Amino acid sequence: MDEQLRGAEIFVKALADEGVEFLFGYPGGAVLHIYDEIFKQDKVKHILVRHEQGATHAADGYARACGRPGVVLVTSGPGATNAVTGIATAYMDSIPMVVFTGQVSTALIGNDAFQEVDCVGITRPCVKHNFLVQRVEDLAETIKKAFYVASTGRPGPVVVDLPKDVTAEVTSYSYPKTVTMRSYKPPVDGDPEQIHRACDLLLSAKKPMIYSGGGAVIGNASEELTKFARLLGYPVTNTLMGLGAYPGSDPQFVGMLGMHGTYEANMAMHHCDVLISIGARFDDRVTGDLEKFCPEAKIIHIDIDPASISKNVYVDVPIVGSVRSVLRELNQAIESSGRAPVDRATNLWWAQIKEWASIKCLDYDKTSKLIKPQSVIEALHKVTDGDAYITSDVGQHQMWAAQYYTFDKPRRWINSGGLGTMGFGLPAAVGVQLAFPDSVVACVTGEASFQMCIQELSTCLQYNLPIKVVSLNNRYMGMVRQWQEFFYESRYSNSYMDALPDFVKLAESYGHIGMRIDQPGDVVGALEEAFGLRDRLVVMDFITDQTENVYPMIAAGKGQHEMHLATDDRELA
Amino acid sequence: MTERHTLALLLENTAGSLSRVAGLFSARAYNIESLSVAPTEDPTISRMTVVTSGSPQIIDQIVKQLNKLIDVIVLVDLSDGLRVERELLLVKMRHDNDLEKDKILKAVGKLEGVLLDTTEGVYTAEITGSSAQLDEFVRLVDSSILELARSGTLGLQLGPKSLNSK
Repeated sequence: MDEQLRGAEIFVKALADEGVEFLFGYPGGAVLHIYDEIFKQDKVKHILVRHEQGATHAADGYARACGRPGVVLVTSGPGATNAVTGIATAYMDSIPMVVFTGQVSTALIGNDAFQEVDCVGITRPCVKHNFLVQRVEDLAETIKKAFYVASTGRPGPVVVDLPKDVTAEVTSYSYPKTVTMRSYKPPVDGDPEQIHRACDLLLSAKKPMIYSGGGAVIGNASEELTKFARLLGYPVTNTLMGLGAYPGSDPQFVGMLGMHGTYEANMAMHHCDVLISIGARFDDRVTGDLEKFCPEAKIIHIDIDPASISKNVYVDVPIVGSVRSVLRELNQAIESSGRAPVDRATNLWWAQIKEWASIKCLDYDKTSKLIKPQSVIEALHKVTDGDAYITSDVGQHQMWAAQYYTFDKPRRWINSGGLGTMGFGLPAAVGVQLAFPDSVVACVTGEASFQMCIQELSTCLQYNLPIKVVSLNNRYMGMVRQWQEFFYESRYSNSYMDALPDFVKLAESYGHIGMRIDQPGDVVGALEEAFGLRDRLVVMDFITDQTENVYPMIAAGKGQHEMHLATDDRELA
Repeated sequence: MTERHTLALLLENTAGSLSRVAGLFSARAYNIESLSVAPTEDPTISRMTVVTSGSPQIIDQIVKQLNKLIDVIVLVDLSDGLRVERELLLVKMRHDNDLEKDKILKAVGKLEGVLLDTTEGVYTAEITGSSAQLDEFVRLVDSSILELARSGTLGLQLGPKSLNSK
C-alpha cells in the first residue's frame, strides 16, 4: 500500500523523486508546513535568497546553464508578486522553471485574507501554464504535470499555487513515472515534405544566410547546427539569445545581428536571397522595420512553437518541430541529395560579406586615457580563456558583453534578452555557480542594474559562491543615456546615478572582496588578480568612460541596412 | 481585409480555462465578437464557440495562440468548411397599439420564434437564427425592445466530422 503522507511531505518527496537538486526560496506563513518538511530532509537542497525576485532569477540562471528546470518556492501574497518579474523573464526567453507559490487555505480564498493574492490570475499571462491545487489527492500528479509542461515543447515557467490546508491534509503518495495530458502534445519531428522543400531552397541559394536563436541553445541543437553550417559553408549569425550555439570564433560566424549586431550580419540579412531561421522568433530588436526586412529573401523557419511562425514575418517554408530533430533530418537530406551549394555564387556572396566586414564595425578607441568598457570585456575573455559562464544585467554592458566576449559554447551566455530585466545578472549567477561549482562564473553588470538585486550578495556569502562581478560603472544608466543623447538632444532626464555607494566597502560589508579600477593599464592585472581568487566573490568596480556608446546601432523604425556606425559619430565630432 | 471567423474549441472544464481564453484575446488585442461556453456530454470537457475578426494573418495567429493554451484540447475553424451556426435571442418587447403588436408578431413569425409570455402590453419571445438574422430582427423591432439577451453564436461542422473525432 502507498504511504500516507501530509501534503507538505508529499511536496518534498515529489521534488526528490523528480530529481530536483536545488529549491530556491524564501519562507512565509502559507508555506511553513513545507519549510518544516524541508528542515527534516537533505535530498533537496534549499537555497535561501534575500528577495523572491532573486529566487526566480537564480532558478532561471540554473536552468539556462544546465538545461534542467529551475525550481522555486515562495510564500503567498507578496512572495508571489515579488516572483512575477522573474517568472515573466523566464517566460519571454522560454526557460523551463517550476514556481511553487503558497496560497491561503482553500476556505479563505476570495476573502481578501492576509497575504492573499490571486496568484493564478496574476501570473496567467506570463506562464506557460499554471495550476491551483485544490485537493491533496491531486498534488503529486500536478507536480509531475508541472515539470512535464515546463520542460517539454517550447519550455517555459509553470506556476503551482498551493493552499496551506492542502499542505496539511493527508493522502496516499506515489509519484507518477510519466504523465499524459490529452490537451498537450508537443511536436518533435518536422514534416518530411517541408524538410525536402527547405533542402531544395537552401541548395539553390546564391546569397544564403543562417539565422539562429535561443531555440538552438535551449533545444540543445548546437552540434547539429554546426554540422549544418559546415555542410553548406554558409554565413551564420546568432541572435542575442542564440550566442554560443554556433562557435563565435568560427570563420563562418559573422557576428550577432539586430539593433546592436555587426554591420556585416545585418547587411547580409538585408541582402540575402534565402534565409533560414533556426529557433529564432523575428523579434523587433532583430528585424528593425518589418517593411524593410529581408526584402529579397525566401524564408525557411524551424520552430517548435507554431505560433512563432509567420507571427511577424511571412514564412515561405515553415517547419514545426524540435530544432535538433529537424536539423538532423535536414542534414541527412542535404547529404543524401548528392547536391552541393552553388559554389561560384556563394563565393561572390562571401566576398561581399568580407567587404562589409572590412569596415570593422566593432573597432573602438584603444588609446583613451579612460577605461573603455569594450576593453574590459575583451580582457575578461582573455583572462578567462573565453571559457567562463557569463551572466549579465540589462543595458550597455549587456550589449558589450554580447559583442566582445566571443562565445564558443552554448549555455555560457546567460542574459535576459526578451524581457530585459535589470537585476537579473547577480541572482542568475547564483544559479549558474550552484549548477557548476567548479566553473568560472562572471556577472557582467553596471552600477545601475547591479543595485537592483544587490541583496543577493548575502546569498552568495551563505553558500560560498565565488562569483566574479564585473561592473562597468559609468555613473549612468548607460543605455538610457545613449538613447537620450541620440533621440532627446542629450537631455539626460533621470539617467544619472547620483549618490552611488562605495562598491568596494559595500562588497566588504557583505563579506566579499571589492576592487576599484580606474586606469586602463590596471584592467588586465585586476582581472587576473580577481579570477585568481578561486574561492572568493570579488566585486570589480571598473570606472569607465561615461560617454561611450554601443555601436553599431539600428535606430527604431530603420531597416537592417541602415545602421548607425561609431565612425559616423567620430567623423561628426 | 478583415475576415470574420467562427472557432469551435473543446477545452478542459477547469476553473481557469475560460479566463485563459478571454485573457489571451485581451492581452494580444484580438477582437471577440461573441463567446459562448458550456460543458459537453463529458462533464470534464467544455465546448466554446468564439466569433472573432481580423486580417488572415491575425486569424492565423489567434488559431495558433489558442492551440498553444495547455487547456485547449482541440480547435476547429468552422469557417473553413460547411457548418451550421445558430444564436439564441430572448427578447422582451412592449406594444402600445395594434400596429406595434402586428409588427412584432410578423417579425417573430418570420424567424419561427416562440412567444414565451404575453403579459398585458408585453411580448417575451425566443428566437433562433444566424447572427445576421437576429441583427435584422433587432433592427426591425428596435423601438419596442425593453431588454434582450443573446447567447452568442454556436456552431457545428456539417457532415460526419466532429471535434471529438479530430
